[in-house]
Amino acid sequence: MAANTQVMTFPRGGVHPEGSKDRTQGMPIQVSEPPAEVAVLMAQHIGAIAAPVVKKKDRVRKGQLVGQAQGYISANVHAPVSGTVKAVETRTYSVTGMPVPAVIIENDGEDKWARELNEPQDVEGMDAPQMVELVHECGVVGLGGATFPAHVKLSPPAETPVTDVFINGAECEPYVTVDHRLMLECTEDVIDGLRLIMRIVKAPNGYVGIERNKPDAIEALSKALEQDSTIQVVPLEVKYPQGAEQQLITAVTGREVPSQGGLPSDVGCLVHNVATALAIRDAIRFRRPLIERAVTVTGDGLESAGNFIERIGTSIAAILERQGLREDANQLVLGGPMMGIAQGMVDVPLVKGNNAILVRCGAGVPPQRACIHCGRCVEHCPLGLSPGEMSIACERQEWDAAVALGMLECKECGCCAYVCPARRRIVHMIKFGKVELRRRRAKAQQSG
Amino acid sequence: MERQLLVSSSPHLRAPDDIRTIMWSVVVALAPAAAISIYFFGLHALAVYVVTIAAAEATELACLRLRGRPLAHAADGSAFITGMLLAMVLPPDVALYCPLVGAVFAIAIAKHAFGGLGCNVWNPALAARIFLQFAYPVQISLSKWPVPRMLWGAPVDAITMASPLAKEGAAARFSHLDLLFGNGVPGSIGETCKVALLIGGAFLILREVIDWRIPVAYVGTVFVLTWLLPTGEGAAPWAADPFYHVLAGGLIIGAFFMATDMVTTPFTRAGRVVFGVGCGVLVALIRRYGGYPEGVAYSIVIMNTFTPLIDRWVRPRVYGSRTPKPSVRQA
Repeated sequence: MAANTQVMTFPRGGVHPEGSKDRTQGMPIQVSEPPAEVAVLMAQHIGAIAAPVVKKKDRVRKGQLVGQAQGYISANVHAPVSGTVKAVETRTYSVTGMPVPAVIIENDGEDKWARELNEPQDVEGMDAPQMVELVHECGVVGLGGATFPAHVKLSPPAETPVTDVFINGAECEPYVTVDHRLMLECTEDVIDGLRLIMRIVKAPNGYVGIERNKPDAIEALSKALEQDSTIQVVPLEVKYPQGAEQQLITAVTGREVPSQGGLPSDVGCLVHNVATALAIRDAIRFRRPLIERAVTVTGDGLESAGNFIERIGTSIAAILERQGLREDANQLVLGGPMMGIAQGMVDVPLVKGNNAILVRCGAGVPPQRACIHCGRCVEHCPLGLSPGEMSIACERQEWDAAVALGMLECKECGCCAYVCPARRRIVHMIKFGKVELRRRRAKAQQSG
Repeated sequence: MERQLLVSSSPHLRAPDDIRTIMWSVVVALAPAAAISIYFFGLHALAVYVVTIAAAEATELACLRLRGRPLAHAADGSAFITGMLLAMVLPPDVALYCPLVGAVFAIAIAKHAFGGLGCNVWNPALAARIFLQFAYPVQISLSKWPVPRMLWGAPVDAITMASPLAKEGAAARFSHLDLLFGNGVPGSIGETCKVALLIGGAFLILREVIDWRIPVAYVGTVFVLTWLLPTGEGAAPWAADPFYHVLAGGLIIGAFFMATDMVTTPFTRAGRVVFGVGCGVLVALIRRYGGYPEGVAYSIVIMNTFTPLIDRWVRPRVYGSRTPKPSVRQA
């Protein structure tokens, strides 16, 4: 189907930060040299941490299982290079800042796949459970940053069938350009991934949502889909957080995912990011585990920027050194600037969720002032929450009030803090509130 | 690696607008009305501005110092606005100690005693205006107003005249056009030239500093109610003329610059409509059935008091809260 001419968007809230994508959006993805050593974390995803299944001195091949998923909401972890296990020890997980088990592998340079992996599969003869099993086996998680295990999303509850599958190519975070590049460079494969997902969940309709600031990607996909009446390319208004799952669904279908823990499948929708669709395709077509990912490396703190394919477990410090880390660079963010996580040290390993490495100079935290009640956080919240009030409730540790105000609905997109003229640390306090509430509830459960 | 990295919560970007840029754009928006008011009422009006602004800033510095807050906050423009607005709602011939006392009251009592910028319950300038009204009923006369310099037409041969909203006024002495430009219209220093105020208000709306809903709801309600509410016997000839009510007195300055003070008004769009309508109802009731000719200051301060309640009752709909969850449907 030809591209939709109507530009769609979610109806309320959102912000327009500067895109800052010019530096890397024209740069083709380069495949980086595999590093001499990788540190593969057992936490690469939302859910239970995987358990190491190799020990020191074990020989591993590329793609071999090194961490076994624990339970349903968890994901397998594989060796990104072939070589020898140097150690199984703890390393810092960049998302939580907490130490987690990691398998350290010394690269033997052979880059040899384990047996039976990376080979064409008989896809036509497979049924849906077999395809999902391959996705599960290959450790595919959401690569847009959320890292939710893909096999779970591909198995929606029977009572809520999925009718609409979305490939999320909005890429609304400033600076990040990998999905843009992937849509241009792997157009057919992205579409193939979408078709496979539609086949798995038996959905009649497919959509590729792309923000209007990527006209070349819209054109490439529309052209490739000219003859396909089931898949529609949807140009989206450039507005953050256009690529948030709920906002994308509402922008295109007008449906709202139910609050209080509702799932996209409750309204017949399933959303996967561009890179995730490719990883799902690799898993099903080739039985290729997720051991590398595309990442945008950019920011004024680096001499040179670009889009790269990097092996999971690669040291971020090594990547920064390669790109020329400037003396006065003072901030490292993994992910985009709106939701990415600032790191206290450069020596952390790349994980599956890292779509961008952003290094900036002259970063600072502006001084915070009292809330002036301007209502901008309310006006710009895409979820209709009152973030300012909520953060003040967290500050006062009034947990019931914070929950009543909708703290658990908040997705931490950051629109509120972005627009706040008093420079209040709204998201900071809400994140603190969620962690603290969880801790208190766990404690209460233990003692009571 | 020995490198100091900044660790802070996302988002790592901030929009360009902060408290300073917002406050100073309000000052810019008030500038046309302030400039023409000095043309209308001469150097004494200028002196009133100087006194209120200087006293407001000095009191701000003193309060920040006493409260152990950064003195740089005095440059955020909020005290400057309070000073400017207070001058604009005082009579042009007011003795200079009144604006001095008023500015100190506005900043020290109405603002800092409640916790400073962001924590005050009432608009500081209006609170001070009402305070002065009671403290100096003779100096702040409501019956005799100085005659302004004309923009066009023959000057009036008098030193003082009655307010355009005075109930004793036997005839409508001002055309709508005169009222719109403030030509020969007596009144508080900064309230008479509606065109200048509307230019400033439009600037703030376009710059998204104020929400258009408040002035529209406020002025619209006054218009409709003064048009529809029955007038009593012996009412002034303009009593049922809604345009006259909108253009005479302090409604325009109040609706665009005081009822939109973000600190003291609701933070949701719907709440702001409630606030504006409430102000409008109060003004119409005061003007039609009260003994007081004006009512704008009281209406806003009374509605300021209700702001926390409006914020509690009028809330935006939470995303997805009306979509049934299949699991709930089954239960």
